[in-house]
Amino acid sequence: MGLLSKKDSKLISDPLLDNNPITIQVLGICSALAITAELQASIVMSISVLFVLGVGNVVISLMRNIIPSKIRIIVQLVVVAALVIIVDQVLKAYAYELSKTLSVFVGLIITNCIIMGRFEAFALGNGPWRSFLDGIGNAAGYGFILILVGFFRELLGSGTLLGYAVLGDPIEKTGLYAIGYENNGFMLLSPMALIVVGLIIWVQRSRNKALIED
Amino acid sequence: MENRTDKNSYTLLFAVGMVIVVGGILAFLASSLSPAIAQNEKIEKQQNILYALGINNNEGSSAVFIDASEAPEEFKKNVTEQLVLTFKDGSIVKTQTRQEYMDEANQEPYLIDVKKQQNLQKTEGTRLLPLFVGKNPEGKTLYVAPIRGKGLWDAIWGYVAVDEDMVVQGAYFDHKGETPGLGANIKQTYFMDDFTGEHLLNDSGVFKGITVAKGNADPKNNDKNDYEVDAIAGATITGDGVTAMIKKDLGLYVPYFKTLKK
Repeated sequence: MGLLSKKDSKLISDPLLDNNPITIQVLGICSALAITAELQASIVMSISVLFVLGVGNVVISLMRNIIPSKIRIIVQLVVVAALVIIVDQVLKAYAYELSKTLSVFVGLIITNCIIMGRFEAFALGNGPWRSFLDGIGNAAGYGFILILVGFFRELLGSGTLLGYAVLGDPIEKTGLYAIGYENNGFMLLSPMALIVVGLIIWVQRSRNKALIED
Repeated sequence: MENRTDKNSYTLLFAVGMVIVVGGILAFLASSLSPAIAQNEKIEKQQNILYALGINNNEGSSAVFIDASEAPEEFKKNVTEQLVLTFKDGSIVKTQTRQEYMDEANQEPYLIDVKKQQNLQKTEGTRLLPLFVGKNPEGKTLYVAPIRGKGLWDAIWGYVAVDEDMVVQGAYFDHKGETPGLGANIKQTYFMDDFTGEHLLNDSGVFKGITVAKGNADPKNNDKNDYEVDAIAGATITGDGVTAMIKKDLGLYVPYFKTLKK
């Protein structure tokens, strides 16, 4: 990448794989379990987090020298909550349909540990540009896993992708269902999200042994 | 190392300042946007009622309302009357037309807050039941009733259109915060459409409600007389909430429909 120095581009590429917030840092698991039953929900959540983490990291980074360390967690919480509420209110007034889609995610974004984690671990100690890149990188890494999990859960659980019946109709017994295939309803429940994330972690660590901790 | 920002006085000042600034921004935003938001919510209610009547822009399997810009006009055209029934101690004691209610309360009946009325029923045993009379695209007269209940995480609500025999002709459900992909799917057409044709009363006129059933032996929903629709996998509690709100809220309207038959 010509635009970014090598160090800066690592900020984006690292969280995608070798320092992925979900599979390596094990942050943001709660939302990864809660909303990945459908691919579309995963995508919406990923984009929302991308926005909030990118902007939030910059705001926190700009404020990093004036935030009192004793109450920094509260300040971070206020910043992210205010950001999300502002966006939610503006959408409600000017893009009502979109806000209906997002309303469910508002609470999940505020409580997402990745956001607080990146504020705390990165934005408080780095400049705004690097913080912005770090936010984008981590949100992308988070979104990548979310979409991967959402893909498998929706495909195997409901036999659809983004709402389109890709495997045929389970009730009319067409497509794959004609030869006896059945949807696995268990995939739609949260425990399977945990197992899918576990499988991803397993695959990732068996490909890159350096990631294995003792 | 003692920093300027570590001092208690600084911390306190910062906290106070932050609360004032953030609070001010949010309060300003909320009050300046609230008329636009209220307008959007009003139009959404009209769209919901029209949807239950069968007036919508559905494409394939996704539920699409008619355009927000057309909603007020279509609402006026298709919803011919908005009745307000006063429910007290198990029976309906008063029936007002839209005009009568408007003279009294200075508010459109479709803006009646169902949640507030449900609380009134609990505390005082009386509540207002709005009932919207309209025509579906085939010209049949339908009655749309608002219902409200609890899902897994937060409120769920809906509008159910029935004919005068209390056979469901259309339904719209919505929710505040059900799980995306699971409970949130109550607003998908495949779930809402299942209610069409279901009977709420049995042959002798006893209110049976409609149960969102997990063990439904009829997933294609061909049997319209079983008082059951097929549940959504993984959304048991939201489904139970739908069952409960249909039983609780729609059941109150039964006496009114009995008077229609006489």
